[in-house]
Amino acid sequence: MAQPRVIIVGAGPAGVRCAEAFVAAGVRPTVIDEGRRDGGQIYRRQPVNFSRSYTTLYGTEAGRAQALHACFDQLREQIDYLPQTLVWNISEGNVHLMHQDGTPRAASLPYDILVLCTGATDRLMPMPGWEYAGTYSLGAAQIALKSQAVAVGRNIVFLGSGPLLYLVASQYIKAGAQVAAVLDTSPLVLQWRALPKLLSRPWLLFKGMALLKAIRRAGVPVLRGITPLQITGDPDNGVQGVRYRSAQGVEKSLDCDTVAMGYHLRAETQLADLARCEFSFDTASQQWLPQVDAHGRSSVAGVYLAGDGVRIRGADAAENAGRLAALAALADHGNAVVPAQVAQLCRQQLPMERFRLGLLQAFPWPAAQAASLPDHAVVCRCEGITAGELRAVVNLKGAREANRAKAFSRVGMGRCQGRYCGHAGAEVIAAAVVCPVVEVGRLRTQAPVKPLAFKIVEEPQ
Amino acid sequence: MSAQQYQADVIIVGGGIMGSAAAFFLRQRGRSVMLLERGLLGHQASGVNFGNVRRQGRNLLQLPLANRALAIWRKLPELIGEDVEFLPSGHMRICYGTERLAMFEDYANKARDYDLALELFSGAKLRERFPFLGPQVGGASYSALDGHANPRLAAPAFGRAAARAGAQIFENTDVAAVEKDGVDFRATATDGRVFRAPAMLITAGAWANTLSTQFGEPVQLTAHGPQMGVTEPVPYGLKTVVGVSAATDLETLYFRQIPRGNIIFGGGQRGPAYPDLKRAYVRPENTLNQLRQLQRIAPALRQLNVIRVWSGIESYLPDDLPIMGRSVREPGLHYAFGFCGAGFQLGPGVGDVMAELIATGSTSTPIAPFSISRFVPQHASAVTA
Repeated sequence: MAQPRVIIVGAGPAGVRCAEAFVAAGVRPTVIDEGRRDGGQIYRRQPVNFSRSYTTLYGTEAGRAQALHACFDQLREQIDYLPQTLVWNISEGNVHLMHQDGTPRAASLPYDILVLCTGATDRLMPMPGWEYAGTYSLGAAQIALKSQAVAVGRNIVFLGSGPLLYLVASQYIKAGAQVAAVLDTSPLVLQWRALPKLLSRPWLLFKGMALLKAIRRAGVPVLRGITPLQITGDPDNGVQGVRYRSAQGVEKSLDCDTVAMGYHLRAETQLADLARCEFSFDTASQQWLPQVDAHGRSSVAGVYLAGDGVRIRGADAAENAGRLAALAALADHGNAVVPAQVAQLCRQQLPMERFRLGLLQAFPWPAAQAASLPDHAVVCRCEGITAGELRAVVNLKGAREANRAKAFSRVGMGRCQGRYCGHAGAEVIAAAVVCPVVEVGRLRTQAPVKPLAFKIVEEPQ
Repeated sequence: MSAQQYQADVIIVGGGIMGSAAAFFLRQRGRSVMLLERGLLGHQASGVNFGNVRRQGRNLLQLPLANRALAIWRKLPELIGEDVEFLPSGHMRICYGTERLAMFEDYANKARDYDLALELFSGAKLRERFPFLGPQVGGASYSALDGHANPRLAAPAFGRAAARAGAQIFENTDVAAVEKDGVDFRATATDGRVFRAPAMLITAGAWANTLSTQFGEPVQLTAHGPQMGVTEPVPYGLKTVVGVSAATDLETLYFRQIPRGNIIFGGGQRGPAYPDLKRAYVRPENTLNQLRQLQRIAPALRQLNVIRVWSGIESYLPDDLPIMGRSVREPGLHYAFGFCGAGFQLGPGVGDVMAELIATGSTSTPIAPFSISRFVPQHASAVTA
């Protein structure tokens, strides 16, 4: 049987383990990644001229990070690796690339097998004032620290919900930054209720508790069940504070110069959409996600999906999913795979899925906030569209569906193409229509996945 | 079985800009109207096109209709009570080199008879007036009164205006069958609802042929996808709509900037469109060609980024002219479809003319060249126009 042309998009935990499994089967895959170095977001490698230790960078995850990096380093001669390369479109068995190391260059590559390991980004809920300079996503705050060893501000409020909220806050404290408070929208009782599911991965649960303890030990207040009201400040001076309502219903405010916010993560699914994969609504996370079987097969022959780009189950599950997707693709292509290995990986994914559901129960997406967002609050930061303007196209122009509301209001039409505002926009529409958010539908992905430079077509000098 | 029945003076099948405008103007003429749209108003070709409100460059036969359309565009937003971002910012046809200048001049001379005033530019005068043009551009034909509008807003706005004036709009209504039943036309939706009226207008774009075929009038309608894109916003400076006139479609790009700063572009080779699936795609190689070509027109664009591309389903006829007017075989039946990628500007005019034709039996704007009779075999029983 001829060697299949294999393309893996993403060099994080899923992509690296996927490449490893193909190489083990004697296949040479092409690994395409936007980053300068491998590791993805969670195991992001520092620039080559930085020298922080694994423990400094990754804490309790140092061993896993080191193992993944070592694995990738060993694979380097047996794969084709295209770093700093954006897959901006997919068509009929080809990926279309923009190389971004220097002047952008265009290229396209054909594939027989495409494995999308595209990871996740922050899931954001707008609030008044989030457009001021000094508001960062939790992920961006973490990247600044991990990659460049800089803090995003001098006095930071961490706001939102989910494990990343506590992880990034504790990393900032450890790095010596001043953290004004950790404000969690999820009430403690939900976190207790999720315990049975979270106990499916006791070690991870224990690590979470340890993070919390470290934050407390540093004297940083951790407030749960809060309702965010406003990021105070102005366009010239940026963020100056946060107003919120406490779990007891008392309005309070905090001074700060920076807010790092996020509500868990959202899967990066644009490439799966451009590859024409079917999607369905995942009730647990209240997100539209590509359909996959237990091995990562999408609805499109030859296209496989793995890692947080499909379901947010974290890095360990992503490593398994990457391996599983490779084995599924190899089996589909006629290669012999060891059934026991596949069965074992599938078994290992079960507690990962249970833990995912536990996290969603413990740190739910605060959909109700969208309904109570004041009309003047900006929903779409790229286009500067407010909640009131979005509600107006629902109420006055009958736009009850996400793409229709986008066409009329421009929410989701800007640089981010709805990646940051899409979920919250759908909730605003659903609240205005008074229907479940699933009925609002999902924004169709349109290329390019990220902005495409005109210079990409320049003739070589 | 007691399916729900609806009755009016006119059934319009297809809620693009043609159908929506026709519904509005039929209400102005006091006719009761039911507008049936399979999806949402303006969802297909009317909503995804470039947004050109351009007369110049059209087949001269279309100019009276285009003039009538422009007169309506100029009455917006007052006429329909909603802003569809019509901006008469001027439209410029340009060419590479100077070979096509004689053609521009010839067209300008003929267009003068149709009240279309065009100013020609070349050499130093061209550079002085339009300094952003690249060195390969050799000439331009400028129409001061043409411009652009927002296609995402136009058809739905006409539809809402029609509804406010009393038209019944049925969105998400997929018409499975059309037929003549005694004195009435009958349209049956896939969910069993039945709509009846003594007059019918088919404005169903790329899907119109499946309806005209049911009346024995099939046409050679083909579907293609326009290849559109938009840049990130930059300061508003390129107020004139620019389109290239060239012998090869690879070079026939066009762009416009909107006041909020984004530059919208299209042109070049068309993409695949699948009416049955209601999907059309942008070919990545077409986008790359567009970026190359746009930099030839205006080198400053090389600093920009594209943030989105899109396509849609447009319908084309072999002679590049639309079908518009009465059915040849069935009295009371009317058509307006197949506008070959150039229907947006005409839309309000088409609606007005078809309303006039249906309400009065004739129209003051000549549309005979667009009759479906040119595709229907001669032995068919002819209805005199």
